[in-house]
Amino acid sequence: MPTATPISRVNDFVVRFANVNGSGSASANEMFARAIMRMGVPVAPRNIFPSNIQGLPTWYEVRVTEANHLGARGGIDMMVAMNPQTFDKDIAALEPGGYLFYDSTKELPASKFRADITVIGMPLTAICNREYTDPRQRQLFKNIIYIGALSALLDMDVKAVEQLIGEQYKGKEKLIEPNLKALNIGRDYAILNLHCPIGLRVKKSDKVGDRIFIEGNAAAALGAVYGGATVCAWYPITPSSGLADAFTKHCERLRVDPETKKAKYAIVQAEDELASIGIVIGAAWNGARAFTATSGPGISLMQEFIGLAYFAEIPAVLFDVQRAGPSTGMPTRTQQCDIISCAYASHGDTKHVLLFPENPAEAFEFGAAAFDLADRLQTPIFVMLDLDIGMNHHLSQPLAWDDTRKFDRGKVMTAAELDAGRDFGRYLDVDGDGIAFRTYPGTHPTKGSFFTRGTSRDRYAKYTEEGAPYVDNMQRLVRKFDTAKDLVPRPLQANSVNQTKYGVIYFGSTAPAMDEAIHMIEARGHALDRMRIRAFPFHSSVNSFVADHDFVFVVEQNRDAQLRSLIVNECGIDPVRLVPILHYDGTPITARFIAKAIGDHLDQLKVTPMKVSS
Amino acid sequence: MTYLAKPKFHHPHLPKNELGYTHRDYEGAVSTLCAGCGHDSITAAIIQACFELSIEPHRVAKISGIGCSSKTPTYFLGNSHGFNSVHGRMPSVLTGANLANRDLIYLGVSGDGDSASIGFGQFAHALRRGVNMTYIVENNGVYGLTKGQFSATADRGSKSKRGVINTDNSIDLAAIALQLGASFVARSFSGDKHQLVPIIKAAISHKGAAFIDIISPCVAFNNHAGSTKSFDFVREHNEAVNRLDVISTRMPIEVKYEPGTVEIVEQHDGSTIALRKLDADYDVHDRAAALGFLQHHSAKGQIVTGLLHVEKESEDLHAHLHTVDAPLNSLNEKELCPGQAALDKFNASMR
Repeated sequence: MPTATPISRVNDFVVRFANVNGSGSASANEMFARAIMRMGVPVAPRNIFPSNIQGLPTWYEVRVTEANHLGARGGIDMMVAMNPQTFDKDIAALEPGGYLFYDSTKELPASKFRADITVIGMPLTAICNREYTDPRQRQLFKNIIYIGALSALLDMDVKAVEQLIGEQYKGKEKLIEPNLKALNIGRDYAILNLHCPIGLRVKKSDKVGDRIFIEGNAAAALGAVYGGATVCAWYPITPSSGLADAFTKHCERLRVDPETKKAKYAIVQAEDELASIGIVIGAAWNGARAFTATSGPGISLMQEFIGLAYFAEIPAVLFDVQRAGPSTGMPTRTQQCDIISCAYASHGDTKHVLLFPENPAEAFEFGAAAFDLADRLQTPIFVMLDLDIGMNHHLSQPLAWDDTRKFDRGKVMTAAELDAGRDFGRYLDVDGDGIAFRTYPGTHPTKGSFFTRGTSRDRYAKYTEEGAPYVDNMQRLVRKFDTAKDLVPRPLQANSVNQTKYGVIYFGSTAPAMDEAIHMIEARGHALDRMRIRAFPFHSSVNSFVADHDFVFVVEQNRDAQLRSLIVNECGIDPVRLVPILHYDGTPITARFIAKAIGDHLDQLKVTPMKVSS
Repeated sequence: MTYLAKPKFHHPHLPKNELGYTHRDYEGAVSTLCAGCGHDSITAAIIQACFELSIEPHRVAKISGIGCSSKTPTYFLGNSHGFNSVHGRMPSVLTGANLANRDLIYLGVSGDGDSASIGFGQFAHALRRGVNMTYIVENNGVYGLTKGQFSATADRGSKSKRGVINTDNSIDLAAIALQLGASFVARSFSGDKHQLVPIIKAAISHKGAAFIDIISPCVAFNNHAGSTKSFDFVREHNEAVNRLDVISTRMPIEVKYEPGTVEIVEQHDGSTIALRKLDADYDVHDRAAALGFLQHHSAKGQIVTGLLHVEKESEDLHAHLHTVDAPLNSLNEKELCPGQAALDKFNASMR
């Protein structure tokens, strides 16, 4: 068996916890991540969980990263192997020189281990059986005990963990003492019996700043509160249910009238996704700001209604927390695989506005902006999250709001304007931007009413099946989509300090891994200009970015290079100029993957200069 | 049917209601349905009911799905906003609209294909949520726009125009509405204006989910011998349990009733329904008994009509959600956006 020097690193390593779901490990593991963050060291945790409630394997990965690399890295430096079902695989996943921490109550043959790792055994079950009689307590405190042991092994500040325990059980003070006791049982055992610290260590730092630790779903839901959403209709589906749950909690805190105790919001858990989007469309037609939260299968079910909202021009906001498809796919794994199904949702010629937030801070920002865009453009707006952004805690800039900001309710004709004799044609392009005025139902006794329908109509909303008014209307919708290009968040470009003929386009949750990969690619001697796309339709700068480079990599988390197809199709670009870099196994894309894929490609292009004879 | 535009002029001395509107103010465009269609009678009844109730025409939102019935909102209340949505999905669109503005009157118009087949789920869930609405199904037992296929309300054993016998069991939407907890359930017949207009008026005045199943014969595809939704069949088998009048509180009750034959039901808006009992034993407040009554008569081939059930203390979805009194669509930044101060607090709690 090969041997390897034990890995020795400070504030730059990956710990993975292998657990059984339903065993209460999640909160203990999260506490571990938070404790490191409290020590001023950035962390990027990721939960890898099954579509199941109890008994199946689950993993929690914590990347400790003083350098602020918040994407997934790939590779594991320390495995906390608490699940016998996955024990062999978990050991195999360790990097050479890595550390295995396991429950040594039952002796295991040497063949179970690897020679190139450091094995740290602790008789956790035996300790728990000695300390506790209640089987549930034995299970729950086992989690806290191993956190205690890790705090010693990794040289962590135990005060940070103790403080978190105090905060977590605030109001349930009876639980604080036993948890602290369990923590110390683990820590004391490790100090007395194990070699502490190991090569991986956490050292206090100041790299966290004022950042917050938040899930994208919670941030997006708060964006909906700030964006003025009053109606939410949804149907439970992983990984988006947390968004609706978070909206409920935010509203209970922020949207209850202090005097009457009545709700300034209405949330309906609908019977299915069709009803969810129907409720959203009905509410928005009637002048409320409304949204639904769903995932790929829900988008599939909503197709007919999305086409109606597009054609009848009704604002709607859809948060799509993407998961791996097709069909039920991998419901608890991440992908960016609904780009095409959202961009062109529904039958007939349709195009929709998509927003691509990179992290919770942008999920909040875009979540709020989506409601202004929906009202301004009178069309569905898709906020494209994914499981990685939505369900994992991310270190994120604190959320910010400009108190002078007003809602943009778009073009809505009032009773006063109607009385003043303004011509009202529901589909009349008065400003040349493709956007017509609408009226809210109930505005005026005799003026401004119209019939909303999914059938073709003329500029004054009168039913017609004639070709010319149909084409006139469809052309106006294209004009409106062009208007959207300058209203949606612009792409962000970062050019390499060295001149380069090559570029890379990426979006959404790929951003942190890409930002890290760029340094690794540079270290291999390649320069690359970057563009992060933040919305569809594409701003004209996307065309120029592609035009300015010989070719451009398009990095995305799906099999079929969906964003690349969209760029080819919408910008009229020769496909050979866009090189797909695709990661779609359901795990978040890593910097190592991107750097290797792009680096290998660029290596092949490196020309070795021929020796010129003198 | 007609291609003539509706003339704009009308008699200068048309009667006016309390708000000064004439019957014409509640009309819409000319119907394009077949001549003699039951749906046009329902349209006329809706116009009459709204006129008599002195509703401001623009304060009604009329919402429908797809099908012949769903086309009818074009033919009444021309000054109201209308929404012809997608097939079977009127209930969800109406629910959303209602959540956005609780101050309007919501009139949902659907058909038996729209509500008993493709939209059966949405029909059920809007009723069980208690959305404050009048939900009308114009029930002809047949798909008219696609030329005569059976719908799910066609009775087992009934014959199609082409001579096919329906072997599937039928769905009784009124019975299902009772089971789902609709707080107002009625059935009527498009050919019986005197029964239908007061039922629509009572349904509009009702707070909560009001459902009316209106048998409305399809003259083109389902009005032949062997059909159980034809004019003749319905007239012969109509078993009315009561007749009702809606009487405004501002008007004295002028009609003298025989003692014991009339029940007065108060509605949330202060109006009163005077219920003339035709079946002395029928209790409109007993949901379970009503269900039994319907099934018993259905087994005998009879169509029970009238006000089948009304809840005395009905509630609506807004009451369940405890929403503010002001319409949600009227709230502005100040009322909805908590601002940076609340965000600072939130940020601090997330570290």
